[in-house]
Parts: sequence; C-alpha cells; structure tokens
Amino acid sequence: MKQLVRMFLLVFIVSFALMYVVSLLNSTQGYSGKNTLTIYNWGDYIDPDLIKQFEKESGIKVIYQTFDSNEAMMTKIAQGGTTFDVAIPSEYAISKMKEENLLLPLDHTKLPNLKYINPRFMDLSFDKKNTYSIPYFWGTVGIVYNPDMLHGKKPTSWNDLWDESLRNQILLVDGAREVIGMGLNSLHYSLNDTDEAHLQEAKRKLSTLTPNVKAIVGDEIKMLLANEEAAVGVVWSGDASEIMKENEKLDYVVPEEGSNLWFDNMVIPKTAKNLEGAHQFINFMLNPEHAAQNAEYVGYSTPNEKALEYLPEEIAGDERFYPDPEVTKKLEVYENLGKRMLSHYNELFLEFKMHKK
Amino acid sequence: MDNKTRNIYLIPYVLWIVLFVIAPVLLVLYYSFFNVEGQFTFENYEKFFTPVYLKMTVSSFWYAFLITAFSLLIAYPTAYLLTRTKHKQLWLLLIILPSWINLLLKAYAFLGIFGTYGPANALLEVFGIGTQQILFTDFSFVFVSVYIFIPFMILPIFNSLEELNPSFIDAARDLGASAWTTFRRVVFPLTLDGVKSGCQAVFIPALSLFMITRLIAGNRVITLGTAIEQHFLVTQDWGMGSTIAVFLIIAMAIIMILTGNRK
Repeated sequence: MKQLVRMFLLVFIVSFALMYVVSLLNSTQGYSGKNTLTIYNWGDYIDPDLIKQFEKESGIKVIYQTFDSNEAMMTKIAQGGTTFDVAIPSEYAISKMKEENLLLPLDHTKLPNLKYINPRFMDLSFDKKNTYSIPYFWGTVGIVYNPDMLHGKKPTSWNDLWDESLRNQILLVDGAREVIGMGLNSLHYSLNDTDEAHLQEAKRKLSTLTPNVKAIVGDEIKMLLANEEAAVGVVWSGDASEIMKENEKLDYVVPEEGSNLWFDNMVIPKTAKNLEGAHQFINFMLNPEHAAQNAEYVGYSTPNEKALEYLPEEIAGDERFYPDPEVTKKLEVYENLGKRMLSHYNELFLEFKMHKK
Repeated sequence: MDNKTRNIYLIPYVLWIVLFVIAPVLLVLYYSFFNVEGQFTFENYEKFFTPVYLKMTVSSFWYAFLITAFSLLIAYPTAYLLTRTKHKQLWLLLIILPSWINLLLKAYAFLGIFGTYGPANALLEVFGIGTQQILFTDFSFVFVSVYIFIPFMILPIFNSLEELNPSFIDAARDLGASAWTTFRRVVFPLTLDGVKSGCQAVFIPALSLFMITRLIAGNRVITLGTAIEQHFLVTQDWGMGSTIAVFLIIAMAIIMILTGNRK
C-alpha cells in the first residue's frame, strides 16, 4: 500500500514538473495566445515551406495539427479543449458546424485577396455569401482507369461502368453519397435527389452493377488501384491525382452525366483565440502565388483563378483536374439533406452492399 | 480481515463495473429509443425487423458460425499436439505471439499477401493453378478471421487438456476402448468446458467484426458490426446503431447462457 502511494506521488510530481517545463519553454520562446496560430488541417495538405514563409513574414509561430476525418475534427472542436485558429473541413461538415454554432463569421475586409477566387466557387449552397468559409481546394468524383487493363477502352460516362467487359474489375469508394450519387447521376437525376421513386430506381440500377464490383473499400483504394488490383476505380479527384503519381499508367475522367463537386474550405472555428492571425493566414493562402505553390505541392485543384497563371501549363491546362466550364456546369455540390435522408441514403447503400453477385 | 476493510477494497471493483459495464449498457439501451431527430420512439426496433437488418443478422451469424467452426477444427488438434510436445511453453508462446501485433497491421499485411500479384497467387502460379481472386472473397474473410481468432480458441482447449488426468485415458485403453472411442467418450467430454469457452471467445467477437469486412472482404460481407460502425460514424444515427447493439448484446447473452457451465 505504502509503495502504491509513493508511486502515485512520484507520477504526480513528474507530471507537474513536466507541465512547468513546457510552460517555461513556451514563455521563453515568446509563445502565447497572441502570436501563435494553430492550424488544424488534413495530413500533408499544405506546402510546409508556405508555413515557414508565413512565420517569417508575420512573426507568428504556427502550430500545425492534423486530422483524418471531418467527424474527428468536428468532435475535437466541439469539445473545445484545444485552441484551433484555422481549420479546413469539407463542405458538408461546414453545414453541420454552422448548425452547431462551431464557426465564427469571417471579416471579409481583412481578406483583400478574396477577389482572386473564381466567382463560380463562391456563394454556394453550403455557405451562402461565404460568411464562414473560404474555398481552399476543390475537386470532383470520377473514374480512375488503367488503359492497359481495359485494352484501349476508355470509360467516359458512369454508364460505361455497367459494361460486361468490366466484370469484377471495379473498386468503389466506401461512401453512401458517392455511390448512391453515382446511381442517380447515371440515370440523369440530381445527386441531391430525395424523391423515393428515383432513389429506388437508382438502387435497382446499382444492384445490376454488382457483378462488376470487386470491392467497396476505404483509403486502401489508392494502394489497390496503384498496384493494378483492379482496372477501374470510383474515387475523389484528389485521391486520383495521388494514385496517378504512384502509377503513371492510370488516367482519370469526370463522367459526362455529371458528378459531385467538393470543396475543402478554410474556416475559423469558435475555439480560435488569435482572430487577427487567422485572417492574416487565410489572406496569405489566398495570395495567388502562394495558392499556386500550394496547389503544385498538394496536387489538388485550386479555386484561385489568378493562381492558375502562376501554375505550369501542364497543371493548369489539365482538363481532368481543371475541366472546362461545359463539364463543371454539370457538377453539383452535396446539399445537406438532413439526418433522416442521409440515414436513408445509407440504408440504400447497405442494401446495395448486401446484394450478392 | 474484517468486513469493513473488505468493503473498502471492493469499492474500485464496484465502481469499475458500474461505470464501465452497467452504465454503458444502460446508455446503449437508452439511445436505442431515440430516432435521428432525437424524439422518443420505437421505430428503430420496427426497422430492425425489416428484411435489410434481418438478412444482415442472419449473415452475421452464419459467418460467425463458420469462423468458430473452422477455428475449432484447427485449434483442437493443435492444442492436443501441443500437450504432447516437449517445449510446451515455447510453442504456446509462438502461437500467442501474432496476437501481440495490431489487428489492423495484420489485416493490411493480408491485403498484400492475397493481392493479385501477392505471394499467395505466385504460389498458385507455381502449382500451375493460375492466378485466382483471393482477396475480397468469402474465403479470404473466413481465413483471416480464423487466423486472428485462433489463439483464443487454442488457449482454453490447451488448458483443459492439460488438466485432464492421464490415468483416465490409460483406464479407457486398459478396458479395451479404441483410440477413437477413448477420444469420443473420455477426452472430448472432459475437455468440453475448454471447447465451450473457446467458442464463446471466438463466436462473440466474430459476430460484431467490422474492420476486416471492409479490408479483407471489400464490403462483400456485411455484418451487424459494419452497420453499427456506419450508423455511429457516417449517418450519426446513434439510435439505430444502439438498437443493433442491443440485439447483439441479447444474442451474446443467449449464447453465454447456452454454452455456460451449469454447476
């Protein structure tokens, strides 16, 4: 018993000592709420050189933390234990965070570089007038394919996936909105359709795709496609660019029936302490040169119109990642359909998964 | 030791049980009565009895049964042979060793092994069978699950075989029983408790497997565990997720009672 008490005391003393050392270190390096900025972003989703440059220009110390899912990020912000000054959630997460009052409105007068953003990426359904969010990167959902394994065939539409030659060759991403959306799009319905008859029709159509589907997987889809485990994959364009970096044989196409248009956006969560610095950082990232540098590093599509001029032609002119307006017109942003509808989408997706070959 | 101090020593255990066993089960039960909008309702229970979830329940039980049956089939002879070896503890350690490695890592390793260009297919190629699709099939799912669960089956069986008094076997043989009869009438009935607890340790977690259904079976196998994960993480429909969990708890309780030791 005595030993136990001694052990506890020791642990307490050591932890307090460590806490003291941390605070001492922080204060000697001049870190405090005012001149540090905590950025909460996806892993490897910013050029680290830009952070260094921002630190040098502004004199603000940046702490960079990462998350791997919107849900994890939202939970952590809702708990409020940590100070996050800037976060980069996806668009559907923004509607949710708005509902739960997790965001602070942005001061547009402090963001003069906002004018460089392409107007067609502004004022979208998930955040009217961009009160809370500024687009960071955008992309589509489309088809990655391996021309060698398809013997020269090139899918151009969702309906091409139903072709018999693709038996057991398709990998789908494990997302209810993406897969049900694909079913709806292939029937020329909207991605945000809530009409029960249309949804059932989409489900029936999807169940005829089952013989062609090899697997429905998560993040492993990148590795599996790069390893030529299957000829075709339905993925987000961001993943597609990563896969194509791994295996240069592969190609990507945005289906002609239309598809999803997604955004990752910069927001200031309610946990922010350094509002001034947060605006400074967002404005810094909106600077066309910085946006271009970042887009080149990350490989996703930048919404910054002016930045395209700073990007090499083979990136800015790449129709797969910067499709022409004819294609973009058909792309739709996911609307927040409400929990009940989302639950229904998910149940349809479960039924599709359970459909046996 | 008098009663008072004994009660004081009981406090941590009681607290533990209340906080981490009873409270969570009650919470799960509580949440199962709310729909997505947070209203009190029985609709989750009605929903559970629709074909989607019933089919899922049947398939969960079927796969859990397959996993348990194959584990038992492999584990019993292994445990039996183990009791006959010289360096029992060493062999036992070697069998337990893989369970020290994280489940996810092992699952990812199998992605590589069973892949189209993986060693498993290379071996088939050598035997002239040719490349097969191994990954994302029922076979790979059951195989990997059995691989993961097998130590939990071997250990209790091994222990009960160890405890078996060898003079019973000698007596059976002396009285003229054949090896098979000895096994059937003496050894197996006396180690039944080990088999039962092994089956419990495998069947119950197998019922709610979810990670490998995606990684190894490519979502071609859907279990109740997958559905719970989806409801909690994707749809945020905690009510439905909890309802499925309630049914899982009931199913597990029934299994415990059926396979329990009546003494």
